[in-house]
Amino acid sequence: MIDLTPKSERLLTMKGLCIQGRTGETWIDIVKGVDVHLNRGEVLGLIGESGAGKSTIGLAAMGFARPGCRIVGGELDFDGINLRTASPRQLQKLHGKRIAYVAQSAAASFNPAFRLINQFAESPVQHGVSSYDQAVEDGKQLFQTLNLPDPENFGFRYPHQVSGGQLQRAMTAMAMSCKPDLIIFDEPTTALDVTTQIEVLAAIKHIVKRFNTAAIYVTHDLAVVSQMADRIMVLRHGELVEENTTRDMIETPNEQYTRDLLSTRTYRKEPIPLIETESPILEIKNLNAYYGDFHVLKDINLRVRPATTMAVVGESGSGKSTLARCITGLLPPETGSIKFEGNALPDTYKARDKEQLRRIQMIYQMPDTALNTRQKIGEIIGRPLTFYLGMRGEERDKRVAELLELIELPVDFADRKPSELSGGQKQRICIARALAANPDLIICDEVTSALDELVSEEILKLLQRLQDELKVSYLFITHDLATVKAISDEIVVMLQGQIVEQGPRETVLTPPYHDYTDLLLSSVPEMDPDWLDNLLKKRASN
Amino acid sequence: MFSNFLKELKNAPFAAQLGVFIIILYLIAAIFAPLIAPYAETEIIGDVWEEMSSKSWLGTDQIGRDLFTRLIYGARNTISIAFVTTILSFFIGICGGFMAAVIGGWIDQGMSRFVDIMMSIPILIFALMILSVLGTSTPVLIGVIAVLDSTRVYRLSRAVAMDVVVMDFVEAAKLRGENTWYLMSREVLPNTLAPLVAEFGLRFCFVFLFISSLSFLGLGIQPPTADWGSMVRENSGAITFGILTPLVPAAAIAILTIGVNLVVDWFLHKTAGIKDS
Repeated sequence: MIDLTPKSERLLTMKGLCIQGRTGETWIDIVKGVDVHLNRGEVLGLIGESGAGKSTIGLAAMGFARPGCRIVGGELDFDGINLRTASPRQLQKLHGKRIAYVAQSAAASFNPAFRLINQFAESPVQHGVSSYDQAVEDGKQLFQTLNLPDPENFGFRYPHQVSGGQLQRAMTAMAMSCKPDLIIFDEPTTALDVTTQIEVLAAIKHIVKRFNTAAIYVTHDLAVVSQMADRIMVLRHGELVEENTTRDMIETPNEQYTRDLLSTRTYRKEPIPLIETESPILEIKNLNAYYGDFHVLKDINLRVRPATTMAVVGESGSGKSTLARCITGLLPPETGSIKFEGNALPDTYKARDKEQLRRIQMIYQMPDTALNTRQKIGEIIGRPLTFYLGMRGEERDKRVAELLELIELPVDFADRKPSELSGGQKQRICIARALAANPDLIICDEVTSALDELVSEEILKLLQRLQDELKVSYLFITHDLATVKAISDEIVVMLQGQIVEQGPRETVLTPPYHDYTDLLLSSVPEMDPDWLDNLLKKRASN
Repeated sequence: MFSNFLKELKNAPFAAQLGVFIIILYLIAAIFAPLIAPYAETEIIGDVWEEMSSKSWLGTDQIGRDLFTRLIYGARNTISIAFVTTILSFFIGICGGFMAAVIGGWIDQGMSRFVDIMMSIPILIFALMILSVLGTSTPVLIGVIAVLDSTRVYRLSRAVAMDVVVMDFVEAAKLRGENTWYLMSREVLPNTLAPLVAEFGLRFCFVFLFISSLSFLGLGIQPPTADWGSMVRENSGAITFGILTPLVPAAAIAILTIGVNLVVDWFLHKTAGIKDS
């Protein structure tokens, strides 16, 4: 292994790391002999798909294995301390003080019952680094450094009183509270919107540099990691694929797998002519909807043409999922009309007839919760066939097999249960279930956001092929602009329950942009190590 | 399926095996009572509260019937009534609980508040009241206890179903236009089976004890039918003379309760996925 920065001091060395995970009664290898080294002040990016073992390696750098995992081989040396032989007490002294951890979901990691500052101060006081009052003062300074609003009083709020991006920064501040030598960031921005992600990335980058902290940055997003890391390790199935400095990795990848990762998000749908006179399949006029007194959808107007894809883009809280709930009849609108092929749809799904229900189908964000784990795949796909089309017995089995072929899965999957399938396969089953009803419109609610990039690109291609073959329309709800660019014919941009811009893809995504569209577009990380710095400079100068 | 069960049992902890052994023993006694019992159910064979002897293994009761015989017939009556009652109580409770969870809104509110009212009245006093009005025939006994006990089942099944109905697959089924019965039986029930089965074991014990206490109070199974609760009551006078007779049916109740609980614990342990690390 080439030591790329030999001059600075070595902080962490993991040699031949082997970690096993337990499935039922047997142990299987999930990390197979990976070497990791890290110098002081260096940021290492660990990247790979889910199941690559990247989070497991990140945790191993703390001398910790998740429940159900065990470290079975390799050396683990942190600044002269052998982490494998260290006692729990020794590790306890290291954790929080010299090695800190930032989890993926800050919202789930903070204790909702305590003020942020008290959670911040816990670690330094416990470790005897500083007194409580001193820790509070440090906290205010760190909040300031991390650009949090009103740093004097920010810490005295409870976790639910601040936004997701702020919470993630507060967690970074917490990790910094003892000025550790090493911080492990485990997908810290994956759950955030692009615009919020920028703030968090900038904050992390700034603070790591300022305190010369070494960091391991775990993510599945190569564009994000290229902003943060000095050096990147690409992992797959618990093995190292490639290791190089960030710039070299982006510019001259050696392995095919890395090239595949780099070339994701380049898929583009062929533009199709949009005929203005054509009667829309779905037409929404002056739609207003409320959650209690809260006005979630304000005067929505849109038309979806047959056999096209309309993308609805917006950040969380923009009302895009609520729009789907209105169309499917889960949330009756206050005013306005929803017309399907010129006929008004009843407000609630209960009032709609079988035929109306059949023609609008839905695909969900989380395939894990969208499939009943107690039913076999054949039953899941077969139920709409029986329910809507009256198919039974052999006829139904035959159609299930056809549908499985259509979504490019083996026919014998009909006998399996969802738990035996991967995330991408499960999402394909959800697509097949929707297709089984022979719908005219499918509402796709963030269908790719729970999937790895390579997998989600496959799903997008599949959806496109199905549209070409079956002439089905999609209403594609997403926060991910790469997906929008890939698959949409028309785009609707939503902000705080209102449509701020809509039109054909080429119009919306070609300058001059609408202000908000511009903000969204410019916030999508690019595969360029200088992208974040340039963007921040540009925004500061404006 | 049976061979699977045997295989599981072989690998089960000793406590679970013991529990299964106890239950099987009781079941054999209950099913083959007339074959096993040395005397007839109500036959008087000797003096009051005779000592244990080769003639009557556990002695005789307060009017000279063989205690061992009474115990075996008691198993038959008590266990079968408890079993039927528990099944009925689960049927009512699960239907109600799932319906409340799936439909929600006013139906949920109405049913839940009604159940709250039912539960606020001590169950034993409530049962005594109703039984003294309606009489103490076996069908009435089963019906009353099942309805009263189903309030507890309702609470549990509503709670576990609530976790399931928020899942996207239930929403998908609703949007497909499925009716409430399909949602309850095909989407919710399979995903809540584990806690409900475990609860079944526990509630069976409670029902069983409840029938015994009702019998002890004289409003349960009526003489001369043998049943463990009333056997304890009828023989309770013997305690003052230092005779152990009432403790024998009491022990029978205790041992079955323990046996069922051992099996339930094992089942819970298996389905909850709690693994020793």
